[in-house]
Amino acid sequence: MHIPDGFIDIPTSASFGLLAVAGTAVALKKARTELDDRTAPMAGLTAVFIFAVQMLNFPVAAGTSGHLLGGALATVLVGPYAASLAVTVVLGVQALLFADGGLSALGLNIFNLSIIAVLVSHLVFVFAKKVMPKNRGSIPIAAAIAALISVPISASAFALQYAVGGKGTVPASTVFAAMFSTHILIGIGEALITMVTVSAIISTRSDLVYGWRQERVTLEVKKV
Amino acid sequence: MSENQSSLKKFYFGFFIAAAFLAGGVSYYASSHPDGLEKVAEDKGFLETAKDSAVANSPLADYGVAGLDNERLSVGLSGLIGVAITALVGVLLFNLLKKKS
Repeated sequence: MHIPDGFIDIPTSASFGLLAVAGTAVALKKARTELDDRTAPMAGLTAVFIFAVQMLNFPVAAGTSGHLLGGALATVLVGPYAASLAVTVVLGVQALLFADGGLSALGLNIFNLSIIAVLVSHLVFVFAKKVMPKNRGSIPIAAAIAALISVPISASAFALQYAVGGKGTVPASTVFAAMFSTHILIGIGEALITMVTVSAIISTRSDLVYGWRQERVTLEVKKV
Repeated sequence: MSENQSSLKKFYFGFFIAAAFLAGGVSYYASSHPDGLEKVAEDKGFLETAKDSAVANSPLADYGVAGLDNERLSVGLSGLIGVAITALVGVLLFNLLKKKS
């Protein structure tokens, strides 16, 4: 879902660029609370893994493919602030070296994928954990739900950007409907990949999964 | 402690190898259909408003290595280079940010 140059006009792209800078500044400041000697390498590896899996487009409907966005996966693994930075690192490498996502559109893409997708994932994940049994098995499922919801919402953010500064002539409501419905299907793929990855990691090193570590700390405090 | 450290390193290594394998090997089998946004743009008639990126001539543009004709080699190698660069940037950034212990 990387926006190329040209889809959205320059003033709008620049405005979202400012929002992206502001969001990244907050993440840079707050990520310190999520990172220590063990989790800092995990955040870097999460970025690497997202870069790799974003290359793996899977078919979703006739003539359409999708790939992982990674916001939910990163949020669950390393916490929302480090997650946002990890996705931004991936977007930067892709835009600068692989011509994937426009340069003037980088702020738009950071807004949609590093900020909106991560924020929605974090909120849904925290809520899902609250209503589910407090055990390790709930974490991959809560992560999958966060992934599923984050993708169409993130795609809707593009529709918003199109409404403000889209160069196309088709109405924004049409773009919104098409983006939302297509990305529900891609969200299902996102949910599956996120669930499998989180399951695999939590079963080997549950102490490296931020979303479960937080829960365990709370549970242990209650026990005492 | 040292047991834990070595298993931690093993885990990091495994996670990295998994990513390298996906980017370097599996990526060749990825769907080449347009992604969700591109497909919507095509269907709704605004795909032609897209402009080439300023780095469209990058030697790694569109996940291939310029000059490599073998598609499997080209996409795989570009994936491995991407993994290495992302790792470098990621490790530097997150090490700078982490709490000093």
